[in-house]
Amino acid sequence: MALSAKTLKVGDTHQEIVVDNLTRTQLVQYAGASGDYNPIHTDEVYTTQVAGYPSVFAHGMLSMGVTGKMLTNYVGDGRLATFGVRFTRQVWPGDTLTSTATVQATREEDGVHFVDLIVSTVNQDGTEVASGYASARIDA
Amino acid sequence: MAVERFPVEAGHIMLFARAIGDTNQIYHDADYARGTEPGSVIAPPTFVQASAQFNPDYFLRPKPGQPWFGSGKEPTGVTRGEGGGGGGLHAEQHYIYHRHPKPGDVLTATVKPGKTWEKQGRRSGKLIFTESITEYRDQHGELVVTSRGVGVTTERPVDQS
Repeated sequence: MALSAKTLKVGDTHQEIVVDNLTRTQLVQYAGASGDYNPIHTDEVYTTQVAGYPSVFAHGMLSMGVTGKMLTNYVGDGRLATFGVRFTRQVWPGDTLTSTATVQATREEDGVHFVDLIVSTVNQDGTEVASGYASARIDA
Repeated sequence: MAVERFPVEAGHIMLFARAIGDTNQIYHDADYARGTEPGSVIAPPTFVQASAQFNPDYFLRPKPGQPWFGSGKEPTGVTRGEGGGGGGLHAEQHYIYHRHPKPGDVLTATVKPGKTWEKQGRRSGKLIFTESITEYRDQHGELVVTSRGVGVTTERPVDQS
């Protein structure tokens, strides 16, 4: 099941829908689990009337969290070595997000094989909401 | 943020995995996890962010008896300039995994400030970026995760047009 340096090719991709029609309830779940209770993510009254946004919106870390789900499904459990993103657009209730990993390179360091990935998550309009990279340990 | 004691707990990992919609059994089924390569339940890649739960002073958690900037009787419980805040957004997040945390680990988080820089944004006015580096170490003092976060304060709400 683990990825292998023998079979991976530059340009290979793995893609998943990681959120389908994001609910406000999922934002509540994420606030509760992560401990980030900033009302801009769960409190429509505050967010529209005080913060000046059209509605509550997702924690950046929820975008990263669901992107990470795609990565661990691809590279296997416990294999991620690095993972980083820039949050390029806000994510709103109703959004559907698709995450893609693209193989940029494979390499060997001290006898351990790694894959370097380009990571991108887009919304239903194709607008990128998180843009980044990851690397993971792979089999020989 | 600095945290003196961040116990990694199985139930917390299960709730966190549910919140990101991840049904992978390795996050909630210890029997299944024993048969996997890691050999136990492990935390999802972004789990250390939940260390906020173990920071007694975390400013984005309401505290009994203190004003909270979210809505109640009024759209906000504070007047401008009084505590609260929350005008900041998360701009970037980077992790290096030395290993993946698992239930039973007791982590500490120490924070070093990073760079600060400014940029003129097209959709939200002047942006002030602030970087911080957080090291999560386990009960043996070993480095588990290195985290680099970048926060941004915007001059005005991000224009959606």
